This record gives sequence, structure tokens and C-alpha cells, in this order.
Amino acid sequence: MGVAAVRTTNPMLLAFIAVVVVFVVAARRSAAPWSRSLAVFFRLGLIVIVIRVVVQVVFGYRLPGHVLFTLPHVPLPGWAAGVSIGGPVTLESVLQAAVDGLRLAVILLCFGAANSLASPYRLLRCLPTVLYEAGVAVTVALTFAPELVITIGSIRDARRLRGRPTRGIAGLRGLAIPVLEGALDRSLQLAASMDARGYGRRFAAPAHRRLATGATALGLLLVMLGVFGALDPGSVPSGGIPVLAIGAVLLAMGMTAGGRRSPRTRYRPDVWRLPEWGVSLSGCAVLGAFVIAGVVGVQGLQFTPYPLRAPTLPLFLCIGILAGLLPAVMAPSPRDPGYREADEEMVDLVQSETNPSAGVPGVAR
Amino acid sequence: MIRFSDVSFSYSAADEPILRHVDLTIGEGEFCLVVGATGSGKSTLLGAINGLVPHFTGGRLSGTVTVDGRSTRDNPPRELADLVGMVGQNPSASFVTDVVEDELAYAMENLGVSPEAMRRRVEDTLDLLGLHELRHRPLLSLSGGQQQRVAIGAVLTASPRVLVLDEPTSALDPAAAEEVLATLTRLVHDVGMTVVIAEHRLERVVPFADRIILVPGSGDELIVGRPQDVMAGSPVAPPLVDLARLAGWDPIPLSVRDARRLAEPLRLRLAGLQAGPPTTPTPASTPEPIAEAEHVSSVYGTVMALNQVDLRIRRGEVVAVMGRNGSGKSTLLGLLAGLRRPAKGRVRICGQVPGDLPPRKLIKLVGLVPQDAGVLLYCSSVADECEASDGECGLPPGTTAATLDRVLPGVPRQHHPRDLSEGQRLAVALAVILAPAPPVLLLDEPTRGLDYPSKDRLVRLLRELVAGGHSVVIATHDVELVARVADRAMVLAEGEVVSDGAAREVVCHSPVFAPQVAKVLAPEAWLTVDEVRVALAGNSR
Repeated sequence: MGVAAVRTTNPMLLAFIAVVVVFVVAARRSAAPWSRSLAVFFRLGLIVIVIRVVVQVVFGYRLPGHVLFTLPHVPLPGWAAGVSIGGPVTLESVLQAAVDGLRLAVILLCFGAANSLASPYRLLRCLPTVLYEAGVAVTVALTFAPELVITIGSIRDARRLRGRPTRGIAGLRGLAIPVLEGALDRSLQLAASMDARGYGRRFAAPAHRRLATGATALGLLLVMLGVFGALDPGSVPSGGIPVLAIGAVLLAMGMTAGGRRSPRTRYRPDVWRLPEWGVSLSGCAVLGAFVIAGVVGVQGLQFTPYPLRAPTLPLFLCIGILAGLLPAVMAPSPRDPGYREADEEMVDLVQSETNPSAGVPGVAR
Repeated sequence: MIRFSDVSFSYSAADEPILRHVDLTIGEGEFCLVVGATGSGKSTLLGAINGLVPHFTGGRLSGTVTVDGRSTRDNPPRELADLVGMVGQNPSASFVTDVVEDELAYAMENLGVSPEAMRRRVEDTLDLLGLHELRHRPLLSLSGGQQQRVAIGAVLTASPRVLVLDEPTSALDPAAAEEVLATLTRLVHDVGMTVVIAEHRLERVVPFADRIILVPGSGDELIVGRPQDVMAGSPVAPPLVDLARLAGWDPIPLSVRDARRLAEPLRLRLAGLQAGPPTTPTPASTPEPIAEAEHVSSVYGTVMALNQVDLRIRRGEVVAVMGRNGSGKSTLLGLLAGLRRPAKGRVRICGQVPGDLPPRKLIKLVGLVPQDAGVLLYCSSVADECEASDGECGLPPGTTAATLDRVLPGVPRQHHPRDLSEGQRLAVALAVILAPAPPVLLLDEPTRGLDYPSKDRLVRLLRELVAGGHSVVIATHDVELVARVADRAMVLAEGEVVSDGAAREVVCHSPVFAPQVAKVLAPEAWLTVDEVRVALAGNSR
């Protein structure tokens, strides 16, 4: 859905996508703490729209058209060509800015939806075996954050109990050292516990494994670069597709080699079953509809304020977006016992992952 | 199963060895209890079993420790993970993952157990420890007892033959502690697991133990034997054993059941000499309470931590607040100390609202020692800590140091607070809080990790403070402490007051909170060995 939003500038379609995403989240949200992130991203999206419009009004490039009102013009020196402050504000330019902002907001919303439906821990479980060590480090870091908040709270309390300031620079300095001390203490205890529970037992071929890990990491990097290039031609020098291909091959090699060697096993790996296929396919359908529309040239995919008219709602794309609703019905309910929560939006997540503007999921928060 | 032969250990070459020439064999399926004062080397002994000592801690170990024929010299802890399960004092610090089920599977993933076997073992462990309803819960949302059970489960899934636990019940309320100990006994009896456990609160564990290893400290020889024999001469002993010594019972009873059978003559003697137990001298109570909380409620997120709680503390009174883990005890203390404000109701200390006062004024009215007393201390030595405290409270120099000497003489002044023993650290924290002489003192779980001598000292100190007109509120799980010092007891459950009244009545009428002496001598309401001793002495005179 995120990628679909990149490909259109039609505000009606964008709004439609947003509605579908919110509906899916509402239908399949679990009670976990990360589920509340959608609201945060929604608010962030609104802020983005407002900022985009304000920036356009004050600094924006002056599109000709219906003048709404005129701001006092500030003359700028010659080197600042292309940037202007103030001047006439036209309906067209404001509209254009609002649609731009909306597009970004919908992308953010898709990202938020993915975040609120999939647990960052479960994503880490999907990591290939060769990247296991890195995965553990991230998991530990993620658990660390809430603990840190608790530690800071107790230290602030302790300072208050001794009659010391809890705010201001003095307060902050008094806070930092005990917090660091606590963090060090905890990591030592954790290391002891992990050691005692068999973390890092001897492996048969460590050199081979390290090579495999390296190959996998490099492959992942190349795949990311490749996707970036494919989405935005010209940003990666050699073009996206070849880089993507090389990366994919490296990744596959590293993963099979490393995975075969590792004596470590995985507890209840997530199985890819019919619902998972359905959910991924429905995601692909939305994307497919937009790509086809782009290639064939369906009316209404792009919206420009010239001439000024209401945007149309192309039927073909509406059906495409409606496919995005399927996960709400098809995916298992998180309240289902015996089934681990919320697989459904893995698709959306994968999509936002391939979406350069959305950043790396799970870590971004 | 576990064999120590001629083991000596010192943390650095300069230090005196903490263990010296230890020879010890622990057989398969034994439930071994390790006892000793703080700092005597209990934890070191336990750590040596799976090689965390010295592989992780550093230090010099001579001699050999073998577990099931494998020496810790050649095998670091991770290689022994399938043989020895280690559970630490603080379960939440040992969690690697975020959800109960994943935590249980973690060790097996490391050992390379096949997925089918893993699934089966996780289900078995969930059933064995009664965790099946918690399987998808985030670890941070669990109560202390549940966390401890998960921590035990997390090492059990690796199907070790030996389970080593360092003070597993110190943070737990009596009911949760029973639960954990019952689980351990079940493991010993059903699966033939070898269990080695260190614990300060002997009254909880002694009835379950097959053998006791007494670590006298400073490298002296270990005393190993049947619980009856070791307890008869042990410097640290639960109240039951003290009572048995007083009454001259032989063999020494270890469980309340055994003691009740022997106690018939003692009960008759006590009942014959007076109708009721001696009333403890009630402190001169002023009608006006020095601190009070009226209908206070407090909310965390959607959880009601406290609901319409009333508490009035008179001058010179010791009030014990008891209840399960998470029943709102700490929240109540936090409200009284002005750390947070009540959502509803009002709190007054000496007529003032603690939440509104600036910290500097507040510490002259009320002092709180939190559960982890160490967080109060932040200087690099005890001497610095005392000076800093004098400066902050605007006291003449040396006041805090003098207070510390009154609380516990002989705390080394040059040590870093972290290097002190648990009891010494508590003493420094108490001194810092007591220096500005607040009329109200709040203690949150003060006996956690304290051995019997330190506890005795704390009890004496509290009695002195009360005699000096201080009021004390203690939130605690330690029923023996309540029995010894509290005038009034209040039991909280889910943020509501369940019972509130004279400590003797509240404690004796609850099967969970009754101290051992009360259980043995019921229906007469005797609380402590001292009371019995005084009564008997009075009779013979």
C-alpha cells in the first residue's frame, strides 16, 4: 500500500488507501504495546500535511492561477533564485502542496499500520540463522529500552528522597552516572545468564560461518541499495536491477551456507500457510493494479491542479485498493488462541521496507 | 553428581581465599540448602558449580569441580548449559527475550534441540510450573513470583540434571515463595533433579531440605549434614529452631507439623501460667496522627494500584504493610513520601501535603528507604556520601557519620557503596535518610538479602527509633520481622485494605502471614521466641 501511495497523486485514491489501512488495523490489532503506534503515525501524518502547506504558502514556488490572497513579498538577493518569501498565494499551489503532504502522510500511515500489527520481535525471528547474533543484540536492546525508563524513574525518586533537584542541568548530571552504572550492571548480569544458558557454544566451522555471515550482511545491503535504485532510477549509479540481483544471489548463498552449518535450532518458526499467502497476494494485487494502471495509462492515476477540477475516482484502481481489505477478513484474529498474533500486515511491512521514505521498520521507532 | 575436591578460591591474589580446601559431594536427586551469613561465600560456592566462578567472575580457583564427570576447568558455563541450570537472585535481569514462551525456548535454541522436541519440552515445562496461562504474556508484565517461575522454567527446558538457585524467594511474598519451593520439591521427587539452593530466610526452605551445607565464612571448613544436626549448632537458625532449643526438644523439629507434635507440653506450660501472651508496652500514643492518608487512590495506566485506602500513623508507632507482590504496598509508601500524588484522596504529614513540598523541606519530615537501598547512594565512598548528605541537608558536618555509627558501627569509610555487604549498604542508606531526623520513616522491604544477625540489628535499631519518638512504616513480606517489631499490621490486596489492626491479631489470624512460632503455639497468640522466653523466665522466678 505504501508503494502504491508513492505511485499516485490522486487525493481521492490516497484517502481511500488510508481508510482501507485503518480498517485493517482496527480489525486485526492485538493488545500489545506496539499496537498503539498507528495513532502516533496518524498524528505525524497530519503534521506533515500542515507543514507542507505552510511551507508552500510562505516559501513555495509561485504557480500561476487563481489567487487566494497575497502575502507581503520579501525581496531576496540574486543567489537565492527559485526561493521566494511571500507573494501571491494561489489555490493551485496550495492544493498541490496539500496533495503532496497527503501522499507522505499516507505512506507514514502505512508504515504505522505495519508497526502496529507486527511485533518487532517477531520480525527478528524471521531473520536468517546466520544473522542470529545480530538479532539477539537487537532483541536485547529492544528489551533494554523499557527497563531503562524504569531505572531512570527509580533514580529520580531516589534523588528526590535525598532532597536533591530532579530537574535542570544538575539533575541531569546526577541522573546520567547512576543510569549508566545500572545499565552496566544489568548487561553484566545478562551476559552471565546468557553464558549459563549456552549462548555461543562451540561450533564446528567458525571460519566458514563468519564468511557466511559476511556474505549475508553484504547481500542484504546490496538488496536494499538495489530496491532503492529500482524505485528511484538515477539515485544508484549502476542502476537498481543489477545490484538487486547480485545482492539477492549473495544473500541466498550466505543464508544456505550459514544455515546448514549452524547447529542452533529455532523454536516454533513462523509457518507460511494459506492465510500468509493470501495476505501477501492481496498486498501484491494492490501494487499490481497501480503498476498496470501506470503502464497502461489509466485516467486519474496522476492528479494535477491544471486545469482546476475535482479529481476522478478510477474504478479499476478502486478495485485494486479494495484487495487490500482482504487481510482484515483473511488473516487470523490475534485473539485466536494457538495462533501467534498478527501476521497479516507482514505484507505491508515488506512494502514499507522496500519504500525508501519509510526507513527500516522495527528499528525506526 | 557434583564433586568438589580440594577447591580453594580467592577473587584476587591479594585477598584471603573465600573458600579453602572444600571437599564436597552432592548426590543425584538431593535437595541441598546452602546457608551462611552475607559475604560468607555462598554465591561463590554456587557459581563454582557451573563454572561462572571463575570463568565469568575472574579470580583464582584451585582444585577441581566436576559435574557428572565433566570438569569446570575444561568446560566454560555455556558448555555445561545442558547439565546445570542456574537461576539468579534477580530474574528480570536474566531475561533475554520478551515473551514467556520464547524465554523458555531460548536455552534450547542455543543447544540445538530439534523443533519437535523443543515444542514438547516447552509444553511440559509450562504444565509443570503452571505457566500455561502466561505463555504469550510479555515478561515485564509479570509479577515477581511469576517471573521467578519463568526463570526456573527457562533453565529447566534445557533438561539439566542439576538446578542451582541463588536466593530464589528473597523478592517474593510468602505465598509465591511457597509456590516456587513446592515446584522445586516436585522436581526433586518426580524427576530426580539435584537442587542446590542458597537462601537467607531459612524458615521457608529448611523443611524441604535433605542436607544443609553451612558456609561459616572467611574460608573456614564447611559443615555439611542432615538439617536436624546442622541446625542444632548453627549460628543462623529459623525461629522454629530457636524455639526448639529453648524448649529443649530433641530431635530438632524442622517443620511446623513436627513442632506441633512436640509442643503439647510447652503449650500447656504457657497456657497454665497466663491466660494471654504478655502485652507489648504500647507506645505513648497521641490522639493526633503524625501522618495520615485519607481515602487515597492511585492509578497506573488502567490499573488501580490503590483504591480508597486509609492509613493513620501515630507518633512512636510501627505499622507493617503486607500483601502480595504488586498489591500496592510500594505505591502507598511512595504517596506518603511525596514521590507521587494520589489520584484521589489526600495525604498529610505533620499537617503538610508531601507532594507539594520542595525536596529539601520534605526530607526533614519523611524519609523513605526504597527496596534497593543502593540507589540512594551515588558517591564513590562512604565518607563522601556522609559529607554530601550533611551538605545537602544543611546539617553540621559529621552528623551523618555519627548517625551511621549509631546504626551500624564499623562500616569501612573508604569503600565504594557497591562493595559493601547488603546489610552495610542498608545501614548507610538508613543513616543518610535518618540524618535530618524525619519524624516519619518509611522502609520498603528492608530485610531483603539480610542475614539473621543483620536483621537482629535492624530490629534493635527500629525499637530505639520508636523509643525516640519516630514513627515507622514497613512494607514487607517478612512475617518474622512483622512479628518482632510491628504494633499494627495492614494487609493490602489489589490496592484495597483487607485487614487493619493490632499486628498480633492480623498476623495470627492469617495462615499465610502467621510466623512460625504462632503456627506452633496456636491457638494462643504467641509471636516470637523472645516472648516465650520472657514468659517462661517470669514463671520460673
